[in-house]
Amino acid sequence: MRQLVREQAMALGFSLVDQTKLVTAASELGRNTVIYGGGGEVRLDPVIQGARRGLRLTFSDQGPGIADIERALTDGFTTGGGLGLGLGGAKRLCNEFAIESRPGQGTRVTITRWR
Amino acid sequence: MERIPILKMGEYLLVTIQVDMHDQLALTLQDDLTQRIARERSRGVLIDISSLDVVDSFIGRMIANISGMARVLDAQTVVVGMQPSVAITLVELGLPLEGVHTALNVEKGMARLRQQLGTRH
Repeated sequence: MRQLVREQAMALGFSLVDQTKLVTAASELGRNTVIYGGGGEVRLDPVIQGARRGLRLTFSDQGPGIADIERALTDGFTTGGGLGLGLGGAKRLCNEFAIESRPGQGTRVTITRWR
Repeated sequence: MERIPILKMGEYLLVTIQVDMHDQLALTLQDDLTQRIARERSRGVLIDISSLDVVDSFIGRMIANISGMARVLDAQTVVVGMQPSVAITLVELGLPLEGVHTALNVEKGMARLRQQLGTRH
């Protein structure tokens, strides 16, 4: 998955630093999807808005969902024994960040990084 | 099982991470390295991460853990060769690796270890 994101970002002409940020964010969110969501899927969509080009990644799972999104986004908060940097860190590493979650129905996180 | 090789050089252990680090591999390295430090009575550990083009919070935590565990076992750790794009990303991610000694390359890392441990050979 990280390799795919790297290749797409490279193909879109992202700088090395921007590629690295996006791949790292993808790694954090992918881990969340596996550990908390029980697995799921990732979509990679190149986006073009006028002269802007970007890459949008959508992580979705049908897991238990997040009870308190505000808290889940707080650095240091974790229910899984990690550092609690995944969601907040991923948010800082991209330009747009959206999260939808319903307890019992799953979680979808969408991030976009513009070139 | 896939493993990252650990080389012994006198009082030091050298680890060069040349593969894409997945979580299990990172945990195995953590275990192997702490056991080797104890068995070989190593005083210093040098970890070369110049081939890693991604260090996320999990791998970052593993690096910080190794450094902390080594310290408790009376060994110093130096992490060398971090790519600039990885450094930028790690700090932005919120993991500045405080307390982990770093050096720009293997040579400087070895010099740092020798200096910290006092030149004995």
